[in-house]
Amino acid sequence: MERALETIARLGRTFLAAIERLGRATFFLYEVVIATRPLARRFFLVMQQVYAVGVLTLLIILVSGLFVGMVLGLQGYNTLVKFGSEQTLGLLVALSLVRELGPVVTALLFAGRAGSALTAEIGLMKATEQLAGMEMMAVNPITRVIAPRFLGGILAMPLLAALFSAIGVLGGHLVGVGLLGVDAGAFWSQMQGSVDFYDDIVNGVIKSVVFGVVCTWIAVFEGYDAVPTSEGVARATNRTVVYSSLSVLALDFILTALMLGEI
Amino acid sequence: MAQPQSDSVARDILVDIRDVHFSRGDRPILKGITLPIRRGSVTAIMGGSGCGKTTLLNLIGGQIKPNSGTIRVDGVSVPDLSTRELFELRKRMALLFQTGALFTDLTVFENVAFPIREHTRLPEPILRKVVLMKLETVGLRGARDLMPSELSGGMARRVALARAIAFEPLIIMYDEPFTGLDPISKGVIGKLIRELNQSLGITSIVVSHDVAETCSISDYAYLMGDGRVMGEGTPAEVQKTKSEHVRQFMDGLPDGPVPYQYPAAPYLEDLMRWNGR
Ligand SMILES: Nc1ncnc2c1ncn2[C@@H]1O[C@H](COP(=O)(O)OP(=O)(O)OP(=O)(O)O)[C@@H](O)[C@H]1O
Ligand SMILES: [Mg+2]
Repeated sequence: MERALETIARLGRTFLAAIERLGRATFFLYEVVIATRPLARRFFLVMQQVYAVGVLTLLIILVSGLFVGMVLGLQGYNTLVKFGSEQTLGLLVALSLVRELGPVVTALLFAGRAGSALTAEIGLMKATEQLAGMEMMAVNPITRVIAPRFLGGILAMPLLAALFSAIGVLGGHLVGVGLLGVDAGAFWSQMQGSVDFYDDIVNGVIKSVVFGVVCTWIAVFEGYDAVPTSEGVARATNRTVVYSSLSVLALDFILTALMLGEI
Repeated sequence: MAQPQSDSVARDILVDIRDVHFSRGDRPILKGITLPIRRGSVTAIMGGSGCGKTTLLNLIGGQIKPNSGTIRVDGVSVPDLSTRELFELRKRMALLFQTGALFTDLTVFENVAFPIREHTRLPEPILRKVVLMKLETVGLRGARDLMPSELSGGMARRVALARAIAFEPLIIMYDEPFTGLDPISKGVIGKLIRELNQSLGITSIVVSHDVAETCSISDYAYLMGDGRVMGEGTPAEVQKTKSEHVRQFMDGLPDGPVPYQYPAAPYLEDLMRWNGR
């Protein structure tokens, strides 16, 4: 009996702690959003961060995009050829990438590479008193450190997703047209004819902007909230990757359902 | 917010700490400490590890708020300031962290330029002159292109000092400026503290447990223990007092009124317990 009560109590505590943390993260987001206003005059701070994210993730995004596109080409061809419609391979590759795989895989790679680096950087700045030092110099670290990274991440995500999709299409072309003998003209014209700007491209971009906000928010919050020791920073980095990945996958389902109008 | 003090003695006091209590969780750290600091002086605050010296500096800097008591800097009550007013005050107040707290992603030059870039819009050529002047003061003009990871502990502290004096502050608070330095570097830092105090009239608060070095540069010394002031006076006076507490610290005795042990259950009882922690 006592055991059971203890278990329930522990469950409650864990749940309350999680809710409390979510509340703190929300207040933090509010502070960060307010702090982005002064950045209009110092936009180079944001561009520096876009550049930093780009340096970290560009190569991995390009390589992954190429392989994902090549796999799509292979798998798509194998299915389509059974119905004699392998000429629509270009369409299949482009739609899969622009609507789903581009935003989602980019966000997962972003969380693993740029998100974790962001958390570690901010966490270490906290642990080495750089953030406190900034405050003592009458500089608000949320404005100077957090907000530029937040905006930079949000701007970088759709750019990276677009690159991922573009190189993926090339990968599909390489396999479909180059190896398997799909007609190049059909590959491109099918794609051109049936990919819709609003339904496909814009929806894909909306997805990756949402993922950008969520992934970067999680990354900067975990860094800022980290226990200021090496172990605390390591844990925070770990949490960033797990929470970001789960959020991206869950949000992707919700967004897709909304966009297709099925719910 | 500002309530100017009336009598002339009080006007001479730049930092006025009166009956301040502060606790972390249930554990009291400061238990009614009173510690006035005179304008234009070098004041030493000494005391054992963990007695709350850094906490005291954080209270003066407004990073944490006391549970009770008053903290006034230049007549202004620090805990009552709004964030904006606090930031205004901090432009005239510098804190040198125990760890240096240099920005690891910026060069020495950019570290010193940081507060100037943030608070002014000096054109680049003038900014460069100002930064080089500050670096010259601490003797590190030649190290301007190094990264913080390439500096020794003593050099890092001098860079932090150059950054702290960017705006010629009213007060500089040094947290353990001598720890981990060789005798020569200690001498260099000590001389810098003294020079900044004399040439710019900066009021200096030096927190340290290095008795000899600190006494040699300060005008007045406080000895902290158990969250209170245990002894005070000019360095010569403090070194001569008979109070057991002060003696233990000044002579470096391991056990005395200040216990060697962190508070704990009786030793034997603790060892004999067979479970739990
Ligand atoms: N963030 C914190 N959370 C909880 N307790 C803390 C925290 N920071 C300090 N303390 C406690 O407060 C007490 C005073 O710490 P403080 O850093 O002021 O000591 P100190 O006098 O500066 O010591 P040292 O000479 O070692 O730097 C210590 O006993 C420490 O355990
Ligand atoms: Mg300390």
